[in-house]
Amino acid sequence: MKYDVVIAGCGVVGAMTAREFSRYDLKVCVLEKENDVSMGASRANSGIIHGGYDPVPGTLKAEMNILGVPLLYEAAKDLSVPFKQNGSMVCAFGKEEEGAIRALYERGLANGVEGLRVLTGDEARELEPNLSKALTLALLVPTGGIISPYELTVAAMGNAMDNGADLKLNFEVAAVARTEEGFTVSSAAGETVTGRIFINAAGGFSDRVAEMAGDCDFAIIPRAGEYMILDKEAGDTVSRTIFQVPTKDGKGILVCPTVHGNLLTGPTALPVGDPESRETTPAGLEKVAFLAKKSVPGVDFSKVITSFSGVRSSVASGDFIIRASETVPGLIHLAAIDSPGLTSCVAIARRAVELAADCGIALTPKANWDGTRPDPDAFRRMTDEEKDACIKERPDYGHIICRCEGVSEGEIRDAIRRNPGARDVDGVKRRVRAGMGRCQGGFCAPYVMRLISEETGIPMVEVTKSGKGSRMITGGRIGEEADQ
Amino acid sequence: MRTSDIVIVGGGPAGLAAAVAAFDRGVKDLLILDREDTPGGILRQCIHNGFGLHKLGQELTGPEYAAHYVEEVKNRGIPVMSETMVTGISPELVVTAANKSGILKIQAKAVILAMGCRERPRGALNICGTRPAGIYSAGTAQKLVNCEGYLVGKKVVILGSGDIGLIMARRMTLEGAKVEAVCEILPYSGGLKRNIVQCLEDYDIPLYLSTTVREIHGRERLEGVTIAQVDEKRQSVPGTERFIPCDTLLLSCGLIPENELTRGAGVAMDRRTGGACVDQFRQTSLPGIYACGNVLQVHDLVDYVSDEAEIAGRAAADRVLGKAPAGETVETVPGNGVRYVLPQRVVKTGDEVDLFLRVTRPFGKSRFTVKAGEEVLASAVRPAVSPGEMEKIRVPAGKLNAAGGPITVSLEEMV
Repeated sequence: MKYDVVIAGCGVVGAMTAREFSRYDLKVCVLEKENDVSMGASRANSGIIHGGYDPVPGTLKAEMNILGVPLLYEAAKDLSVPFKQNGSMVCAFGKEEEGAIRALYERGLANGVEGLRVLTGDEARELEPNLSKALTLALLVPTGGIISPYELTVAAMGNAMDNGADLKLNFEVAAVARTEEGFTVSSAAGETVTGRIFINAAGGFSDRVAEMAGDCDFAIIPRAGEYMILDKEAGDTVSRTIFQVPTKDGKGILVCPTVHGNLLTGPTALPVGDPESRETTPAGLEKVAFLAKKSVPGVDFSKVITSFSGVRSSVASGDFIIRASETVPGLIHLAAIDSPGLTSCVAIARRAVELAADCGIALTPKANWDGTRPDPDAFRRMTDEEKDACIKERPDYGHIICRCEGVSEGEIRDAIRRNPGARDVDGVKRRVRAGMGRCQGGFCAPYVMRLISEETGIPMVEVTKSGKGSRMITGGRIGEEADQ
Repeated sequence: MRTSDIVIVGGGPAGLAAAVAAFDRGVKDLLILDREDTPGGILRQCIHNGFGLHKLGQELTGPEYAAHYVEEVKNRGIPVMSETMVTGISPELVVTAANKSGILKIQAKAVILAMGCRERPRGALNICGTRPAGIYSAGTAQKLVNCEGYLVGKKVVILGSGDIGLIMARRMTLEGAKVEAVCEILPYSGGLKRNIVQCLEDYDIPLYLSTTVREIHGRERLEGVTIAQVDEKRQSVPGTERFIPCDTLLLSCGLIPENELTRGAGVAMDRRTGGACVDQFRQTSLPGIYACGNVLQVHDLVDYVSDEAEIAGRAAADRVLGKAPAGETVETVPGNGVRYVLPQRVVKTGDEVDLFLRVTRPFGKSRFTVKAGEEVLASAVRPAVSPGEMEKIRVPAGKLNAAGGPITVSLEEMV
């Protein structure tokens, strides 16, 4: 298949880039090696919209962060992705860290962040009563926010697809050949696509993809971040995102509410060899709990409903890599997108379009482009009267499958039907939260499996948790030979 | 608005027995709301036997036990609305529910909560490692095996020796899976003795006490677990770690009453039981709202669920009929060696009252003493007690009326 733009990687950057390209009369394809979008860093991160006080002025991170905040709020609104401008606070404990707060304030001013304020410990505790008494100074960042990163990625790719873009799942880039017309990209399974522009948004694998494309001068350093997520009963422990003073390893352990009302704590920052590591460790989780309690002593870790680990991809320079290759025409790198990558994703996507235009791609806007996406949560926001009317149209909306999060059969079927359709149990969970509540799928998993099977034709014994190799059932149908 | 004298939330063993008892007490306008497609609750997936010996005088399977009560409900013409999920209960006793025909609101005169319980998930146990497929709560695996006909895995480790875990060890073995081990973090099993014999020992499945799963391995499907012995503080004993290859980990680590609706209604809760605070009639802190079965306290046997549901059903009926008992109330307090006491408060009616409780850890021969101040209201001796077995102590008629202050139940080990 011949495309104008081929994007490797469907994390939030790849998806958002596809959406930006879908505005124009171009054939766009995103290649994703997993069974779903948003399976790398975009699956498991803090979900923070950063104000922009942290990046060093003059870096790409500073530029993209500041440009990115209003663009992301706008995109989230258009895409009906849950977000909240809840504000952030960076906390100092004692004299030494107070200097860092003042430095961040100055840096924020230099970057153009609006509304920054330095608060005394008492002022901070007035806003957030559960903050530690040991807190002495804080930076208030009113533009900071929270967003669901995987829902944003799903929505961005879904919207790109609604506007004509293609998505190829389970397409692991194995070779990239430069041709007269552009690139031929082959998968490990032997499938090929061609494109005039090749965009490397392969996250933890972007150095390898760069190498295949013939221009690699960077090495990805994967760093794991472990998190714990707490029951909604603990969701109002804080209302803002509570940071500690950043260190060389990152922005430290945060405590924040999620857009769905849970409480999130983490991450650690542990260098790992494997960009796909998903392991949580006793030491990591202990560290999260210990440091979270430093800011907010009352965090009740008996209310943990799950823990997870995500890997972010950095490079030694510490900055994003956003540029067209100087040696391979038509190759564009969007790599090393660690924090504040989520905040910056729309700005990065727009920059990618500009870089493609510089490479000679004509940008003819589509007359019928629609950047909006219906709200997958529309049903639960309805009044009882509206719900009643809705169920009369679609009776499956009246059949609740996930008790903890109150997700109906109709919403699950929609998650499988809508672009990009969920193909596994975790995919349903990321789209509509069935299985994300306190029972973690104990009740609904068998029903979700059945619905996936019904909607996609995948036999029950082939339904996976999260793509290849992760079959939910390995003992086979009872009464038949167990499969090997 | 639609009305019903008593709305029963849940069509499992508690809801069914409560409905039958309320009907027999004289209230005929009842409605059972159940989220499953057929009534019977979790019993429908419990195809093993051992149910009903106490209550029905015969040994039945779970579906048979449920069928008995479904039949009783049917005989009385009590309607069951299936695939109907209650989404809210107001203190004014308006029940809101959703099903495929729409949203319904029902004004009740009394509501009986009988939603049951759910299993503690992996996340709450906070086991480290990867997040592959193949980790199920024991009940989820039971549903897939017994109701859907799929064997979730072939090589199994079970964490937790609660009864569902023990039952599933046998069930998976009978279906051809190899159960490598059952690990229990406590130095004793929380399951019934008969299940340890009939489900583990009869099949040579090892039970490792004071042992837990420390780490989960495998990227896509589970490849194995690291188990380790633990000390009294539940910390791993270094050097005892052991890797067991397996493709399935079943968790049977306790049940949690499912009280979202209860909390939503504003009912006062007991942190110890995870259920509502009730009086001896199983009335919650909100007049007209009753609770019974595993949503109130996790029971050992379904037979006892039925017993408790009958108490709630009769009391709800009495309220509708204007015969609700009244009187001064006193609190109950768990004392030495006692984890909780239910009911959490007692209405002084002059009648005898049964107190249900669980102990904090296993004890040998013990004496329970029920006291109000210095006055002993009742006492009972047991040859041995364990947290896995609920205890019942009866306070004789008339005794309570003298109780001035809170009633304390405490335990003394007799050496």
